[in-house]
Amino acid sequence: MKALKTLPGWETTLTVLVIVALLGGGLLSKDFLTGQNISFLTANFSETLLMALTMTLLVIVAEIDLSVASILGLCSAVLGTLFAAGVPMPLAILAAFMTGGLAGLLNGLLVTRLGLPSLAVTIGTLALYRGLAFVLLGDRAVADFPQAYTNFGFGTVPGTLIPIPIAVGAVLAVLTAVVLHATPFGRSLYAIGSNEVAARFSGLRVERTKLLLFVMSGLMSALAGVVYTFRFASARGDNATGFELGVIAAVLLGGVSIFGGKGSVIGAVLAVFLIGLINGALTIVDVSNEILTIVTGLLLIGSVLVPNLIARAQAARQRRRLRGEVVSP
Amino acid sequence: MPSPASPATPGLLTRLLRAREAGLVGLLLLVTLGTAAINPLFLGSGSVRDLFLNVAVVALLVVGETVVLLMKHVDLSISSVVGLSAFLTGSLFAAHPGMPIPLALLFGLALGAGLGAVNGLLVAYGRVPALVATLGTLYVFRGVTYAVVHGGQINASNLPAGFLTFGTGSVLGIPNLVLLVFVVMLGFGAYLGSWRGGREYYALGSNAEAAVLAGISVTRRTMTGFVLSGAIAGLAGVLYLARFGTVDATAGTGLELQVIAAAVVGGVSIAGGVGTLFGAGVGALLLGVMGSALVTLRAPGFYQQAIQGALLLGAISVDMLVSKRAAKRLQAAPQQGGTRK
Repeated sequence: MKALKTLPGWETTLTVLVIVALLGGGLLSKDFLTGQNISFLTANFSETLLMALTMTLLVIVAEIDLSVASILGLCSAVLGTLFAAGVPMPLAILAAFMTGGLAGLLNGLLVTRLGLPSLAVTIGTLALYRGLAFVLLGDRAVADFPQAYTNFGFGTVPGTLIPIPIAVGAVLAVLTAVVLHATPFGRSLYAIGSNEVAARFSGLRVERTKLLLFVMSGLMSALAGVVYTFRFASARGDNATGFELGVIAAVLLGGVSIFGGKGSVIGAVLAVFLIGLINGALTIVDVSNEILTIVTGLLLIGSVLVPNLIARAQAARQRRRLRGEVVSP
Repeated sequence: MPSPASPATPGLLTRLLRAREAGLVGLLLLVTLGTAAINPLFLGSGSVRDLFLNVAVVALLVVGETVVLLMKHVDLSISSVVGLSAFLTGSLFAAHPGMPIPLALLFGLALGAGLGAVNGLLVAYGRVPALVATLGTLYVFRGVTYAVVHGGQINASNLPAGFLTFGTGSVLGIPNLVLLVFVVMLGFGAYLGSWRGGREYYALGSNAEAAVLAGISVTRRTMTGFVLSGAIAGLAGVLYLARFGTVDATAGTGLELQVIAAAVVGGVSIAGGVGTLFGAGVGALLLGVMGSALVTLRAPGFYQQAIQGALLLGAISVDMLVSKRAAKRLQAAPQQGGTRK
């Protein structure tokens, strides 16, 4: 088995990198390190932050959800369609959450009941949910949401520069971290991800846990859909297309192992900030979107490749040392 | 373990798969005749020709994807390879209108092979899971395409007349592109069915440890598989250009889902080691017929993606149930699958 060594103090390294990104951005432009700009930048990755929290839990149990951005779009479309039909906003929001929960439930049932690989299932539902969003809204957009709601999307916490969605994300991140790192349930996730067979024999309810995580991922994507809709004051079927890449890149860069059983919430959160700041710094010096796409893709590959290469080098060194001991009398 | 397409061992699994392919062909006939009954124009010569041309690119891509899926990997980056290859080939033609068509095809193959080698290196030597590696390169290659295209596009007016005639022409009533894809499919069918190298993909996907013990070089075989998948995607990019004549930076986006869906519908297992090119080809044809049927029956275009996703889910669910049942029966009947002629 590939027991990947987590890099010593990877969270510390990420923290340093975040600071470097902040300073680097400041060097590139004097407008970068203003409170206003940082506030605006962080607001831009609200949805990625939210979805990365549940994605972290899923990847720790060695599953993945590629359909998160499509669920976001579908929930946005449900919200817009119902609101345009005259449904009161609180009810429309509730319907969006129910949609997200059901979408996650379908993912989870296909994975746990049929024993299908979550990668294949969620590639399928990525297309299905995005398709349903288009069925609802076509290429139309619903706008003109009430001021009170759009304020939730792009307002800041009164008296501070912290965007409201980021504040919500921070509260949820703390909750997720507590659940993952300080409860028996959280520990059971690591057990399932490290060795599912052993976890099953120790009496852990593997299927039920995975089903719950997929439903949570769906609900979180629904919340991201509501935030996105209000932040841009626009409900569209193609909202947040391709966001799943950023979410997965952040989770893997955050030190969560794609093979399961390893990772922390704080690492994933730091990685969301790092990628967001790098993107922000590149945008400020007018680097085009295509470069950002390339950078995100490279970060995704690098976050798995580099630990692999390091682990390999360590193993090779170990072998050499062992051989050396055998040879030297 | 008996595997499909090896005529010497018609074991239980082979029979199951043959039954499955027969079922697919039956479904194909059902959809075709059903749609034609509602709208006879569906079987008009013009629309059949269009249908085959539309399926050609997906059917070609399915060949490479099948090779990768057999090894228990996946290649998500093919759509970006198609886009980059189509655009660069178009730019080459714009710069050198006199370029012979075989050279264009070779260029596509070489470019694709190079991009496939990147995937192969990441998966075979870097030990990056194929999903992560090819999801990453999907975005990187697409980003490179955006950077190269820079908001421009290739139009039919940039392309030499000879190339456009190649794209629209036919031999004995069969469109050139369809013929070309058919030849590639036959060649790869033979390669996967009876060549040693081809059989190694099956060995790798069914049991990697056993493959190593049997003396198969896993890294080299994996590398070759991804290079082939990339090369075929590069060739598909040239055909895409010939078929549509207009290419922008988004050309080919989303094709990977259609291709994986076609392969899985056609009985290629995502769990590796099982599937035939014949099945995968029928799968591509079936999805194409369903797409055309939806258009003929006036279903809005927005339904296409949802239906594709649902089909893919249905196919992998059936795939799983069939292979589970097959495994159960094989366990119950260990004597099965010998070399009974």
